[in-house]
Amino acid sequence: MVEATQSAYAPALTSVIPWRRGRIARVLRRRSTIAFFMCLPLLTVIGGLVVYPALYAINLATLNKAMTKHIGFDNFAFLFTRETFWMVVSQSAIFALTAVFFKALIGLITAHLVNNLPAKGQRKWRGMLLVPWVMPLSLSTLGWWWMFDPTYSAFNWLLALFGIGKVAWLSDPYWARFSVILDNVWYGAPFFLIMYLAALRSVPTDLYEAASIDGANAWQKFVHITLPMMQSIISITVLFSLIVTFANFDIIWVMTQGGPRDMTHIFATWAFKLGIQSGDIPLGASVSLFMFPILGISAIFILRGVAKRSREMQ
Amino acid sequence: MAEVSLNNIIKRYGEVIAVRGINLNVADKEFVVLVGPSGCGKTTTLRMIAGLEEISEGEISIGGEVVNDVPPKDRDIAMVFQNYALYPHMTVAANMSFGLKLRRFPKAEIKARVERAAQILDITDLLERRPKQLSGGQRQRVAMGRAIVRNPKVFLFDEPLSNLDAKLRVQMRTEIKRVHQKVKTTTIYVTHDQIEAMTLADRVVVMNDGRIEQVGTPHELYHSPRTRFVAGFIGSPAMNFLPCKVERNGAGLVLNLAENLSFPMPADLSARYGKAVGKPMIFGLRPEHITEPRGGAPGEKSEFTANLDVVEPMGMETMVFFRIEGTEVCGRVEPTSAGGPGQPMRLRANLNHMHLIDPATNLAL
Amino acid sequence: MTTIAAVAPAAKPLKRRRSLARDRRWALIFSYFFLILFAIFFLAPPYYMVVTSLKTNREMVEITSNPWLIMQGFTLEHYKNLIENTDFLIFFKNTIIVTLCVVAITMVISVLAAFSLSRMRFFGSTAIATGVFLTYLIPDSLLFIPLFQVVKSFGLLNNYWGMVLVYPTLTVPFCTWIMIGYFTSIPKELDEAALIDGAGYMQILLRIFIPVAFPGIIAAMIFAFTVSWAAFIYPMAFLYRSDQLVLTVGTVTSLVRADVFQWGSLMAGALLAAAPPLVIYAFLMDYYIAGLTSGATKG
Repeated sequence: MVEATQSAYAPALTSVIPWRRGRIARVLRRRSTIAFFMCLPLLTVIGGLVVYPALYAINLATLNKAMTKHIGFDNFAFLFTRETFWMVVSQSAIFALTAVFFKALIGLITAHLVNNLPAKGQRKWRGMLLVPWVMPLSLSTLGWWWMFDPTYSAFNWLLALFGIGKVAWLSDPYWARFSVILDNVWYGAPFFLIMYLAALRSVPTDLYEAASIDGANAWQKFVHITLPMMQSIISITVLFSLIVTFANFDIIWVMTQGGPRDMTHIFATWAFKLGIQSGDIPLGASVSLFMFPILGISAIFILRGVAKRSREMQ
Repeated sequence: MAEVSLNNIIKRYGEVIAVRGINLNVADKEFVVLVGPSGCGKTTTLRMIAGLEEISEGEISIGGEVVNDVPPKDRDIAMVFQNYALYPHMTVAANMSFGLKLRRFPKAEIKARVERAAQILDITDLLERRPKQLSGGQRQRVAMGRAIVRNPKVFLFDEPLSNLDAKLRVQMRTEIKRVHQKVKTTTIYVTHDQIEAMTLADRVVVMNDGRIEQVGTPHELYHSPRTRFVAGFIGSPAMNFLPCKVERNGAGLVLNLAENLSFPMPADLSARYGKAVGKPMIFGLRPEHITEPRGGAPGEKSEFTANLDVVEPMGMETMVFFRIEGTEVCGRVEPTSAGGPGQPMRLRANLNHMHLIDPATNLAL
Repeated sequence: MTTIAAVAPAAKPLKRRRSLARDRRWALIFSYFFLILFAIFFLAPPYYMVVTSLKTNREMVEITSNPWLIMQGFTLEHYKNLIENTDFLIFFKNTIIVTLCVVAITMVISVLAAFSLSRMRFFGSTAIATGVFLTYLIPDSLLFIPLFQVVKSFGLLNNYWGMVLVYPTLTVPFCTWIMIGYFTSIPKELDEAALIDGAGYMQILLRIFIPVAFPGIIAAMIFAFTVSWAAFIYPMAFLYRSDQLVLTVGTVTSLVRADVFQWGSLMAGALLAAAPPLVIYAFLMDYYIAGLTSGATKG
């Protein structure tokens, strides 16, 4: 804005007395200076504790374990030779995609169910169903962990009622994968519910009335009105959740610590294990750097989605 | 109390020029209305007077002092906004006293001023309410109250009535006029509604495309518009415009509107329009000057027969629409004399009120 | 179920109408049925945690008894044990200090920045606004390793004040983002009116913007509170001595013992630690949800 205004002044200023021009410029400068100083704390936090660490991570990833000399891309090369690394890649993908899919599905279903209720009861149900999202994740995961306990598992007790034998929830690698995904779906679905419910309410009711008069049934209304109107909010939420789920740490760390046999490790937990627990900071940094491209691509799409949604809402 | 003068004001937004050189003097205690279509620069001009926009070129002075570099709060002005801009978290009284509090007026003085303003505007019982609990008209009053308590040199109004429904708008129009007669503060008022402009103003400034088209009393603007724009903008329904030719016929002039439609011009106008002979011209006549023949001899020379397209009864009068050479023309006739659509009707044009406009310059002759 | 009964009488009038009303009633019953199933799924873990925390150890180890119910009497011994024999109260105190500081810091930073970015506009301000949103998308698990080095260089490893330093990276971007939204939705005429009334920038911010955007302030504060209360990976990486731990990490690491009979205290700890966000949520649910959903759209 400052330059724009100044360039607008520049050509035809001959008729203005010089000292006045200086004063206007000074006033403008003062205003933007104040604005800049108001942003300075924000810029310090983002610059010093986000941007700098992000760049520093790249530097760290090229050091040797003792952090005494640069070894180029040797850390990455080393990772590629490790079987665990590829397991982490595939488990991260499985974990994020499956969990997000079910979160979105359950969110969509529950949002519709709540939206069906009379307006008075909606608030109560919404409040109840959001509890998993409000509890600190590491603490609620403790509850899940206890429910999966090998000896006293509350689930196994329920299964026994139907004559089904004990399931080794956390000691069998595949059941462990299932368990962490289940916990994640439980935690994340309410977020989708809230977002979709808000989006559902923002669809003008006269659209549905018009569709009823045109003879659309419930399913046709859903496909031709609800889905298109919610499309951008669905994609924003899914992408956002993909990032958060992909980078999850709490659930797996509390429940399995990556075990059994490293089968439930995803990027964050493995980076933690290598970098903090085993003290190989450069290797840990290299692992977490692999998250960057995936998160970056999702972020670009989210930004586009948000811009689009903002235009739609105007 | 003070006069306001604008000296060759220009406003640019980058490449776009919003105001292209405005010269205007507003006298002390005068009520001036800036009117024009949207985008004509009237609001920008007002905001420059308020100090909310930088002035690209030119000088604005209030009470003889150049205020170009004076921030809004030190210009001693008050402004009423289109959306009222009431502080939603404050009561009506707090809204009105906010400006005085910031200026550290003594409490008793603030109270007295708020009460007096509330009395003028008849909002004394609303003082403890919040803006949300008020109707549109009441909010409008509070917004005016906020201006009045400050007792500023100048009131600025930015389309204050455009968010009200039609009935309330008429009521508040009268209210604004009443308040001005009471407090007699110099007022600059912006609107796009020409009726509002005509009814409120001591002088009306018609703006178009960043320029002033004409400044004058409502009467002047209505009866002697200087440009085609003013002629068409002021008055409702709008003035009829028809392409025409002026021909000499002995001592007098003849107005030729169509192949078989020409009228002799009244003698006193013939002298004035002599230089229009032979050039393509635009003939302008307000609808109220196209009527059924009233009084005078039947068969007067400016009578003609028209085939009506549309007939709109309004109650006290009826609008009739017909075409001359493809251009739609509107007339205002007695309800009893109007025929139905598709029927011919005898009409008379009162040429004493005609205007001639040169299409090359769009100026009235 | 009472709600269904309340709706039912509407089904009485005309014959033609009745089928429509009946359809609607079935839709409602259908909705309630499945919502109850989902509610059981969503509320089972916290319920189970409550049950465990109130159950005697003796009942807990009886494999045959129903783990979902308390048959042999309630007990508060787990809570008593938690308070008396563990560092739980220290964790609680640490968490409160950290969270309050982080909320205060976050609000100052983001309100100032949001005011500047939404109203004052300067060179690069739109880029900064976009940058803020992008920063919000960076998860904490991406930066904990370089931040470990940063915290170490400040000498704040194993010190909860280190959390006050790093938590704002989790809270500031989102709070700024939603405050930009709330501030942008304030009509521009309001600050112009204040400007003419004689207010300066700081007065406009303090006396107009903050009161008018109060719901937004509350929403941002709730967000900052819940995020710093629940933060896990940073304290997990940067804190290890028990006098410095915060609740999440303290509960997860120091209350978990090989001894199975600590389950009751563990669940009691987890519940008490989760209580403050839940209580705030219970009282300020509408603000909480408004803040949550406003992140996806500007203003």
